[in-house]
Amino acid sequence: MSDDYTSTTNACKLCKPIGACLAFKGVEGAVPFLHGSQGCATYMRRYIISHFREPMDIASSSLGEKNAIFGGGANLKQGIKNVTTKYGAKMIGIATTCLTETIGDDVPSIIKQFRDEEKALFESDNSPLLVNVSTPSYGGTHMEGFHDAVKVLVDQIATEYGKDESINLLPGFVSPADIRYLKELLSDFNLEGVVLPDISESLDGPALLDYQKISEGGTPLSKIRSMGKARATIEFGRTIFGNLTAGKLLDSRFGVKNYSLGMPVGLRESDEFFSVLEEISGCKSPEKHVLERGRLIDSFVDSHKYIFGCKAVVYGEEDLVVGLTSFLAEMGVQPVLCASGGKSKKLNKEITAVTKGLVDLPIVRDGVDFYDIGEEVAELKPDLLIGHSKGYSLAKKYGIPLMRVGFPIHDRIGGQRVLHLGYRGAQALLDDLVNLVIEKKQNDSPVGYSYM
Amino acid sequence: METSTPVIFEERENQIHRKGESPFNIDCNRDSLAGAISQRACVFCGSRVVLYPIADALHLVHGPIGCAVYTWDIRGALSSGPELHRLSFSTDLQEKDVIFGGEKKLYKALNELIDLHGPKAAFVYSTCIVGIIGDDLEAVCRKVSAEKKIPVIPVQSEGLKGNKREGYNAACKALFRLVGTGETDNISPYSLNILGDFNLAGEIWLIRDYFKRMGVEVVANITGDGRIADIKRAHGAKLNVVQCSGSTMDLANMMEETYGIPHIRVSYFGVEDMAQALYDVANYFGDSQMIEKTKELVKDELKVLYPELKKYKKALEGKKAAIYVGGSFKAFSLVKALRHLGMKVVMVGSQTGTKEDYAELEQITDPGTIIVDDTNPLELSQFIKEKGVDLFIGGVKERPIAYKLGVGFCDHNHERKIGLEGFEGMLNFAKEVYNTVMSPVWRFVPRNTTGDVKNV
Repeated sequence: MSDDYTSTTNACKLCKPIGACLAFKGVEGAVPFLHGSQGCATYMRRYIISHFREPMDIASSSLGEKNAIFGGGANLKQGIKNVTTKYGAKMIGIATTCLTETIGDDVPSIIKQFRDEEKALFESDNSPLLVNVSTPSYGGTHMEGFHDAVKVLVDQIATEYGKDESINLLPGFVSPADIRYLKELLSDFNLEGVVLPDISESLDGPALLDYQKISEGGTPLSKIRSMGKARATIEFGRTIFGNLTAGKLLDSRFGVKNYSLGMPVGLRESDEFFSVLEEISGCKSPEKHVLERGRLIDSFVDSHKYIFGCKAVVYGEEDLVVGLTSFLAEMGVQPVLCASGGKSKKLNKEITAVTKGLVDLPIVRDGVDFYDIGEEVAELKPDLLIGHSKGYSLAKKYGIPLMRVGFPIHDRIGGQRVLHLGYRGAQALLDDLVNLVIEKKQNDSPVGYSYM
Repeated sequence: METSTPVIFEERENQIHRKGESPFNIDCNRDSLAGAISQRACVFCGSRVVLYPIADALHLVHGPIGCAVYTWDIRGALSSGPELHRLSFSTDLQEKDVIFGGEKKLYKALNELIDLHGPKAAFVYSTCIVGIIGDDLEAVCRKVSAEKKIPVIPVQSEGLKGNKREGYNAACKALFRLVGTGETDNISPYSLNILGDFNLAGEIWLIRDYFKRMGVEVVANITGDGRIADIKRAHGAKLNVVQCSGSTMDLANMMEETYGIPHIRVSYFGVEDMAQALYDVANYFGDSQMIEKTKELVKDELKVLYPELKKYKKALEGKKAAIYVGGSFKAFSLVKALRHLGMKVVMVGSQTGTKEDYAELEQITDPGTIIVDDTNPLELSQFIKEKGVDLFIGGVKERPIAYKLGVGFCDHNHERKIGLEGFEGMLNFAKEVYNTVMSPVWRFVPRNTTGDVKNV
């Protein structure tokens, strides 16, 4: 809960290691590996699977009580070896947990020792890249874990110097549908790009004949290696915790110009993204996307009467909340509360920036849980909740429609295919949102209108 | 995918048995192998799922946020009254708490939540990190209990202490502290406690109704639709009826030792086991009238059920099923239930079975059946392919493996929303299996369009 409470009730955030696992899952041939007790991996797998409805393997060093006393090094080494030999992992993304951080396991030196001890394994062509990130669950939310993992991927893998024509796109934690859209966009702008991480196939794959030990898809390691050569980096997310992001790291180490943008949700944030794409590519936006933008504005007009002044509560990851709030403000929905379990300390400033011009500014609260959000909802009496599926209990209690976006969506099918980004994503969100409002109005009316 | 790499870890070979190929011998209750992706959870998980359905208690997870957030509303355990169990409470430990200790925060959080919600008792779950930083849960709980005048019970469920089984034990120890603290006046000589049923989809209500029809009083539900006051007087019951092999057996043993209450093991899944459970209870009390009533009850229920089941059996005859569940006792019932539907069980395994459990499975399965302890996705997919399975029964973590390979799946775990216990439940089970296996979608999946998997 917020500062008003000591305890937390129904958290509006997840723990740091799950974010790292999700990011590692977006690298080709990678196996996420948790250095900790067995429960963490199993819980997170279950949580992720219930959203994506896809296999999600997370290896674990399965520490027991004696390891807590003598250190978890031996289990970590054994685990890495097993994942290498049985899974054929090209990369193992090792994330720590609160347990191993607290007992003081020094993962980088354990890995170094392991390399020395297992020379034969690392001399072969199939030796895996070992990437490690520190993710004690008490040190931030899943978004810090996600961004830290992306940062170590760049820090530990992107080692090649030089220059090429490619661009880096760091989208943050978005859906597989979003990633597919971004890749299409890069291709439409004739840009050679690397999207990191890329969960478009690894967490939304086709039906298969054979079980894959490691699912297809993910950012190729060769492309991560050469990220330092790129012309530019586009990084989504203005609330990324701390000062050094993966994009800034590429800038400071390799001089790759970093464009830091908000998550392109809605018209204006997408416009900013498209203008950066135009600048970098030197091309005008392709006709297909200009048309999508035109249709979006057309539908703004078609739907404005249904939603104007409608009050919405938005919650979830900070960057998604900023993007959604910008979108709501531009279409005439009144955001009344913007809430997150995250605590980047940047939320307030960013919400203020995207709601400029609104007569009534929303309440902005970070570091909150659903108990706090519930108290606000009781006061604010919103018409709509927008966020992931864990807000459902509030939606049910107060009889308010819930528009499901982001992660997790555990009570509907297709969470992995929700498109949030760009003009196309805004169009999909708009149709969903307006129809939810119309549906409520239609159902609440005794008349049974057949035209709305 | 490289098919050349053997899919079974050498270290795990003894945890897999193929009936008929070698004399029965299986390793189990071992620690999960590092780096193998186990389907198992941890001690905390074991405790949490057992105690979770107690609906008028506060369940506070003392630890970082993850442990609480991943177990929020984790079971479809229904309550006929309060629903405090459906909220996820945590102390959300931060770095400074880890450095300076979390006792003060725990004390404050407990006080705050007890004032807010007025629970009948509080369970405080210990997590990995609490074990490491050495918070004295016992002392904090004692203090709050004295101040708030309700039982505040520490659950020693540090995740790293072992697997789910130790978690069951920690939960039973916590429950046992409540038992014996309530009045036992006016309890019928024909009375029992229901142990190891969690009231998924309202199942315990069905079972209670059967007992009522037999003239048996249920003192405490442990723990489905559970209430603190009932558990406190559970020692007044004359019999413990224990379902779900691992989870509440320890409590039954403790109650037998201390209060001399005997227990019987039952299963409410499938026709035979359900009927047997009722007969066992009636025979225990030895009341001829009750035995008559029970026979009557079973007869009435079967009269309705059998004609209905026949329709499904006709369609399902000869289809092949694989079972992988948490506790192996459930597996016994599933093997029998599937046989009722004319289906063949070709693989069966559990996360936490004992040697005796596996020996029993060996007894009741057909030759060639694979019996497996604590498996992982690689092995499961191998078994599914090898046996050409039509239906997989497991928990939510197995579902994507089955689905990815185009195999029908039924959830037989905490999250199911359909009651599968009792005679009514058997019919639901048949429907669920039928709806899964007979769906037209399987003819489009690669295994049925690109050749016969059994020959791949």
